[in-house]
Amino acid sequence: MSYLELTGVRKHFGPTVAVEDFNLAAERGEFVSFLGPSGCGKTTTLRMIAGFEVPTAGTIVLDGTDITRRPPNRRNVGMVFQSYALFPNMTVGDNVGFGLKVRKRPGDQIRKRVGELLELVHLGDKLDRYPYQLSGGQQQRVALARALAFEPQVLLLDEPLSALDAKIRVTLRHEIRAIQRQLGITTVYVTHDQEEALSLSDRVVVMSDGRIEQIGTPFEVYNFPSTGFVASFVGTLNVLPAVVVDPGAGRLNVVGQEFRISRAVSARTGSTISLALRPEMVSLGDGPAGSNVLRGTVADVTFLGSIVRIRITITEGVVVTVDEFNEPTLVLPELEQPIAISFPAEGPLVLESVPVIEPDDLIAEA
Amino acid sequence: MSAAGGGGGTGPISPWAVVRYFTRPRRAEPPQRRGGVGNPFAWLIFILGVLYFFLPLLGTFLHSIRTRPDIFLAYRQVLDDPKFFLGLGYSFTVGVLTIVISLLIVVPTAYWVRLKVPRLRPIVEFVTLMPFVIPPVVLVFGLIRVYSSKPLVLTATDFGSDLLLVCAYVILSFPYMYRAVDTGLAAIDVRSLTEAAQSLGAGWPRILWGVIFPNLRTALLSGAFLTLAIVIGEYTIAVFLARTAAFGPYLSLLGRSQPYMPAAVSLISFGLTWLAMGAIAFLGRGAQTRVQVAGAR
Repeated sequence: MSYLELTGVRKHFGPTVAVEDFNLAAERGEFVSFLGPSGCGKTTTLRMIAGFEVPTAGTIVLDGTDITRRPPNRRNVGMVFQSYALFPNMTVGDNVGFGLKVRKRPGDQIRKRVGELLELVHLGDKLDRYPYQLSGGQQQRVALARALAFEPQVLLLDEPLSALDAKIRVTLRHEIRAIQRQLGITTVYVTHDQEEALSLSDRVVVMSDGRIEQIGTPFEVYNFPSTGFVASFVGTLNVLPAVVVDPGAGRLNVVGQEFRISRAVSARTGSTISLALRPEMVSLGDGPAGSNVLRGTVADVTFLGSIVRIRITITEGVVVTVDEFNEPTLVLPELEQPIAISFPAEGPLVLESVPVIEPDDLIAEA
Repeated sequence: MSAAGGGGGTGPISPWAVVRYFTRPRRAEPPQRRGGVGNPFAWLIFILGVLYFFLPLLGTFLHSIRTRPDIFLAYRQVLDDPKFFLGLGYSFTVGVLTIVISLLIVVPTAYWVRLKVPRLRPIVEFVTLMPFVIPPVVLVFGLIRVYSSKPLVLTATDFGSDLLLVCAYVILSFPYMYRAVDTGLAAIDVRSLTEAAQSLGAGWPRILWGVIFPNLRTALLSGAFLTLAIVIGEYTIAVFLARTAAFGPYLSLLGRSQPYMPAAVSLISFGLTWLAMGAIAFLGRGAQTRVQVAGAR
């Protein structure tokens, strides 16, 4: 049995379905992220683990104990909030020691533990400060120390970095992961930021409309998305309509330009399928021999710092985005310039959840 | 964002700059100059405001010192009158009891409504506004009618009447107390603080006493002193419940028999009110330095 198990968990708010048939088994010490857009049910699921919401159906089992209906203050689950939720009337030390005080631990034990935790989050010198005397990043560190102080069985983080600026987010992200690894604590992290989810997690749960779309390692979720939603939500994606020329050989036709993918296609000859192509899989120019090549004109060039994003119109309504690493020698194409792009046969993914148009349907429509 | 303008300027300080100084955010951002700081119209409004508030006081004071040859005779008489202190003491005691009961009713109610049933907030607000709609004389007649006959006869004894007086004052305090507490709750992230405390293992009593109450300190003080001010000056309910020892009826009785003492009593009670307001400012200042709404800096 896994350490944290959610089985058939469902949550309805009146007629609104927030979470539907949620199943997850997390191992001890695992870092799991819930990733999805606003309203997909990720925070509701986290709140059910914390005990702030009671599931309409299903069970939540932690270390072999059913905690589905146990009140939040008796779950031994630490939580970090987006708004920090530090107690404004208490010093940093009192905030961190609050959970231990509630558990009636001796004063010297509390002081020792508070000191340890503050050292862990690099705030050893801020013991007597009040929350308003700290920056946002420091406040969130205190919140993390507070959630860890009483040695919870699970650590829950609800978009903890959303209120921070970009640079601090990255720093704190690394610190959270390092602390989690050091303590070996089972962690559930909620975010709508794919970069955060991919960089932090052992496994990512991608959610949409209250349902799980895919559970997998960051590598699996990014490189082998199981649904069109995952493919489009995780990372940037080009979606191309392609007509199947030879399904067995993986030969396809995109707006009159033929190319080949590395695997067979299940759709019939003549039907139109949707292909997904990551921008980083595409290169400018004809590429090495055997590459697939598409030709179009430059529609837009955007400088994003480490990368340059180029949008190329293949034909009206079909635009491919290409990401090039920024380097001093990079020659940027001109707008409206005719250009060739290339990608390997392994590059494109066939999106299974996107409806496939069969030739018969086309005939029927005609 | 900051409105701490007017500081560091070379021109005369305008009344608005003074007002802004005292209402400035505690963690003010660098001062910004604003246009119209030295506006003569602003000065005119400020002077009119000052006159509006201080002329009646000045008139009352001048009236109170018209006794000859001892111009402070009225003040001396007031301070020598044991009924003054008895009345003040009685009303103060009733006021404190009113505050305690009102807090015990209003704080958990406002907290629960914000946390669990926010859709009921308009209804609770309406209920707390009832004392503005129902005049005190109607309220007290209702109380007398209900509690002067069986099964619960309270008007027959002093204790019963005192109890009714406190209960009536609790109702009168609702609009002020509820608004003060609700504003205080709006200034803190009640839900997150409650959930944070819960996740750390705290039960409801500890959450209320250890987390919510301390962060409402300024709001509670404001509500408490407003209530005290109302109770000390209240006349109608006290008279109809035959609580003539209360300060309001005492002041009224004095006005009928003495020409100058009521003016002196008014000024002394005004001074006491200012002392109470000073206490709010002093205690509130201590709390403000600590209290901060959760959020990014």
